[in-house]
Amino acid sequence: MNLSLASPPRTLFEKIWDQHVVIPRSAGPSLLYIDRHIIHEGSFHAFKDLRARGLTIRNPKQVFGVADHYVPTTSRDPNDAITAEIKEVILKFDDNMKWSGAHYFSIKDPQQGIVHVVGPEQGMSLPGSVITCSDSHTSTHGAMGAMAFGVGQSESMHVMATQTLWQAKPLQMRVELNGKPAAGVGGKDIILAVIAKLGVAGAVGFAVEYAGSALQWLSLDDRLTMCNMTIEAGARSGLIAADDLVFSYLYGRNFAPKGAAWDQALREWQQLPSDDGCHFSQTLSIDVARLSPMLTWGTTPDTGVAIEGVVPDPAALSDSHARQAALAALAYMDLTPGTALSTINIDRVFIGSCTNSRLSDLRSAADILRGRRAVVPGIVVAGSMLVKQAAEAEGLDKVFLAAGLEWREPGCSMCVGINGDLALPNERVASTSNRNFVGRQGPGVRTHLVSPAMAAAAAVTGHFTDVRTLMGQQ
Amino acid sequence: MQAFTHVRALAAPLEGRNVDTDQLIPARFLKKNRDEFYKNYLFHDLRFDEHGAQRPDFILNRPLFQGAQILVADENFGCGSSREGAVYCLADYGIRAILAPSFGDIFFNNCLKNGLLPVRLDAKVLDAVRQTLLNSTETNDSAREITIDLAACTVKAPGLNAPQIFTMDPFWHECLLKGVDELALTLSYANAIANFEQQHRNAHPWLTS
Repeated sequence: MNLSLASPPRTLFEKIWDQHVVIPRSAGPSLLYIDRHIIHEGSFHAFKDLRARGLTIRNPKQVFGVADHYVPTTSRDPNDAITAEIKEVILKFDDNMKWSGAHYFSIKDPQQGIVHVVGPEQGMSLPGSVITCSDSHTSTHGAMGAMAFGVGQSESMHVMATQTLWQAKPLQMRVELNGKPAAGVGGKDIILAVIAKLGVAGAVGFAVEYAGSALQWLSLDDRLTMCNMTIEAGARSGLIAADDLVFSYLYGRNFAPKGAAWDQALREWQQLPSDDGCHFSQTLSIDVARLSPMLTWGTTPDTGVAIEGVVPDPAALSDSHARQAALAALAYMDLTPGTALSTINIDRVFIGSCTNSRLSDLRSAADILRGRRAVVPGIVVAGSMLVKQAAEAEGLDKVFLAAGLEWREPGCSMCVGINGDLALPNERVASTSNRNFVGRQGPGVRTHLVSPAMAAAAAVTGHFTDVRTLMGQQ
Repeated sequence: MQAFTHVRALAAPLEGRNVDTDQLIPARFLKKNRDEFYKNYLFHDLRFDEHGAQRPDFILNRPLFQGAQILVADENFGCGSSREGAVYCLADYGIRAILAPSFGDIFFNNCLKNGLLPVRLDAKVLDAVRQTLLNSTETNDSAREITIDLAACTVKAPGLNAPQIFTMDPFWHECLLKGVDELALTLSYANAIANFEQQHRNAHPWLTS
């Protein structure tokens, strides 16, 4: 055997990259082919640009429009948008999608939902494919074994016009997750721990691949949550090699291959996992068996801490910039160092978003809420119409309603609040979303990121609570 | 897109790491059309109080930094949401360049598409520049000016003894210098794209239907 002829070992990401380079350049960006591009109502800038240049969508069959950011969650009628301006954005998307000829999941479509829930659900997101979407949480689709990344409006226009994009190849990082997570600890807790370890800029310039023995214990929904929030460490993409869990999930879905094409695709997908001996510029290892349920205390997603702990003291930070940032975050969050996290009272809960609105997320929240009453107001927003339907078939809607929470129609809702679903100034929210930035859920609103089970535990006790103390006790 | 060759302009120091795009433009303004006063939304909730009055402490509201066209920022500037509105409001406000040790990935790309120059420089160097700008009491703006020569990739700034050299990928360097976006170039590769696409479809027919 002549080893010199063998191609060097490559990562999953590199294999997908190599299959999609149209114009290679040794340094800087190469021209990459984009298999599938997903857009939402915010695309009105890209459409305007496209039309102004006299261009149309090159391959409408490879573009998918999903109404999620601006849609009301109180009904499926654009007239129920809280302002005329928001209604206009929803209607403009209707017009643009009609003009484009692309696939469209409108507010009235029985399969509408949040882009990053709908993508995998419809089989748009396939292993080995390159997916772009004009939303930063596009990294979600990496859990299907795809190379997926968020783009701005100008790049979205470029993809629509040419089905390509100029991209510099990111460095490769491997995050190894070992051990079996404890009951009550899931994908959200793991990714909050990863981001806390990396920092919000720790993965800038990287694509992150997750591997390790812990993956066998995690559901596909957990994996999607982890890849979703990988962007919060600054990464371009998060990926997990597709395995039987992904293949069996995809089988028979709308945009997944059928018949002989399925067999051919499966053979190819099985060749994609990273080769032994491939090079990662950085590696990180986490023993997930030691993790507790997490919550963030600050105004960046890397401030996740275990529920048993206390609000950290900035005085312990040696770096003056970090200390200043922590002090500002504590002031905004109205927290005092040393306070036990389990004594922090909340005013509202939000269960939803592209991070945590899938069926298993809703089940884990319902398991805690069943037979209990929430002592604060809150909304539960299913990730898609199909998730909503499945949840209702199991009676989860009745659990949420009996607990005193609202059961809403799918959309991004209170994660970003563009549709008007916001908390009130100075309220403290236990939120299953992905960003706790200043003002993210409304001016002056204090957001703590948690898992769906932890949000449910906080809802029924009125303060952050180790969900493990409530499990199986109803 | 406006060509970027060089700029000499008043610079404002912006303290704080991880300035996210929600701070640059709160989500409630994203429904606005491109021609609807994006300059007013820049740092909206930091610049204005709940009654719409200017917050006098915010750096761009201070008399010495009003009209700044260059921002000197800290690590991971523009992290978070992919909203291009963050760049629209910077550009419409008149910001031509941002100096920072690192940028949010998507924000960096969005800058390049709008003729806004993102310059990566060493964190300690920029600490010194921000400190000098903050301590400046000169009434003449020229004491707080930064000069950027994009062709030479150099920055001259108060608080630095020598010009700093920065690096920029040649591809985007040329786009910015000429004031063109990359679409025309891509369209010139129409045949290469069509050929690639045909082969790609033959090899993976399930990806494009």
